[in-house]
Amino acid sequence: MSDNLHQLTVKKAIEFASKQGAEPILKAITERVKILNLQINAFLRFDPEKSFPLSPVSRPLPLSGVPISIKDNICIQGVETTCASKILVGHVPPYDATVIEKLKHAGAVIFGQCNMDEFAFGSSTESSAFGIVRNPWDLERVPGGSSGGSAAAVAADMTVAALGSDTGGSIRQPAAFCGVVGLKPTYGRVSRYGLIAFGSSFDQIGPITKTVEDSAILLNVLAGHDHRDSTSANAPVPDYTKALNRGVRGLRIGLPSEYFVSGLDSEVEQSVREAARIFKNLGAEIVEGISLPHTPYAVAVYYIVAVAEASSNLGRFDGVEYGLRVPAKDLREMYFETRDQGFGEEAKRRILLGTFVLSAGYYDAYYLKGQKVRTLIRQDFEKAFQKVDLILGPTAPTPPFKIGEKIDDPLAMYLSDIYTIPANLAGVPAMSLPCGFTKSGLPIGLQLTAKPFDEETIFQAGHAFEQELKLFNRKPKL
Amino acid sequence: MAFDIEKIAELARLNLKPEEKKKLEKDLESILAYVEKLKTLDTSQVEPTSHVLNIENVFRKDEVKPAQVRDEALKHAPLVDGKFFKVPKVVEKE
Repeated sequence: MSDNLHQLTVKKAIEFASKQGAEPILKAITERVKILNLQINAFLRFDPEKSFPLSPVSRPLPLSGVPISIKDNICIQGVETTCASKILVGHVPPYDATVIEKLKHAGAVIFGQCNMDEFAFGSSTESSAFGIVRNPWDLERVPGGSSGGSAAAVAADMTVAALGSDTGGSIRQPAAFCGVVGLKPTYGRVSRYGLIAFGSSFDQIGPITKTVEDSAILLNVLAGHDHRDSTSANAPVPDYTKALNRGVRGLRIGLPSEYFVSGLDSEVEQSVREAARIFKNLGAEIVEGISLPHTPYAVAVYYIVAVAEASSNLGRFDGVEYGLRVPAKDLREMYFETRDQGFGEEAKRRILLGTFVLSAGYYDAYYLKGQKVRTLIRQDFEKAFQKVDLILGPTAPTPPFKIGEKIDDPLAMYLSDIYTIPANLAGVPAMSLPCGFTKSGLPIGLQLTAKPFDEETIFQAGHAFEQELKLFNRKPKL
Repeated sequence: MAFDIEKIAELARLNLKPEEKKKLEKDLESILAYVEKLKTLDTSQVEPTSHVLNIENVFRKDEVKPAQVRDEALKHAPLVDGKFFKVPKVVEKE
């Protein structure tokens, strides 16, 4: 057991720490990070000294002694937080994000900050200003993005679990690429206070874990209303772990015909269809050919509305109050130069695009049109959920792609989020979990989507599926 | 469509290096060409979605509460003068 402490799940880490304390776990993963991070670059910062001064676990808390790693766009008091951008180097938040406060109160150990696409703009973690992240299953491939560091760290057993954020798939797509479990909760389920904003009407924080059970354990801690985030929902938080063992008998699971179309890799399709058969064998009712007719428009809506919100949110980075400042002769020039030198290429692309769609003369044709089609996409889900309890599909159209393969073609990169973006547009919860491997050994993820605030049904089905295949036992060779 | 990158960069308060200007302009034109597909949908009877939860505005009392954030916030500022953020001059003398 003690030789494999780095492999502990949240569930097992809680058990271990309650008997033998947290230090052996921290030592095991610290050693692993020291060796593996040189290659994988999943962590931007981790300070074993700061992770350790833990008082011995005196009273049992829900996450006593469990190390959790944090995506670098979630504010931690007194610790540099950069969104993997040069413009935020030296930015030390004077407060904790609500999720950090909740983790600390639950007894968790904040263990390092994970690499990401700059400002969460990307699907491959290649846009980080501090170096790319490599996929633990194949070091020549991307881990997905934007929470690529969080997903790679969990997959490589460099941490027990991690937090990511998801604006268009940034938790689920890297979870699929790295063979781990990623949950984007319902919009409003988890407070965004202290999450550095990208698309404020889309962003959600969620857990990236080794198992579905761990995901439920973490959501129990993270979820809930927060008076500091006026968009957080004042809805009751159930005990999500109670849903795990309900089984899938009687659940109606729909396969949207718009998801199984050209562009979907044949090995991914095969694996997801096999998953549907497994659900059927477990007692679920599979409903073929449900329709989400506006799926083909989702990426276009997203790259209008989300970038509009992003350009507005990134207006605050001007060199005045924190982070980078490039000295200049006057204030105006300081803004222009700081933003030129501070932002990377993808950030500039999205700022320009967002500024354009909001600019006079183009607002109605782009931004307002995008918001209207967003309504149509929401209505697609509302209609589908009259017929089914869950929607099953692939998380990403392909297995993890090669480093450099899509970096020069932004549109190709954006289209890798075709299956994840709709859930953000509609605000519904969705989870990616492993469903198989390609012949060459790359992970494949499936996505389960549920009605707003019905994460329980996702946990219920996800756990039943996971117990059937037990894919979490398969580990990358590192 | 002709995308006037100079004008948009000006609005976005963003200097662009000459070598990146061309590529960004080309990328943005191809993205805008892609989103043209939205125009094929009739949305004349559709309400826009600005927020998915349909929640009501949240009000609270405007009360003064003690806070120690000023010193903390100034500690990591690029340049300060006492209790102020310091910036270069805004207007040049004639």
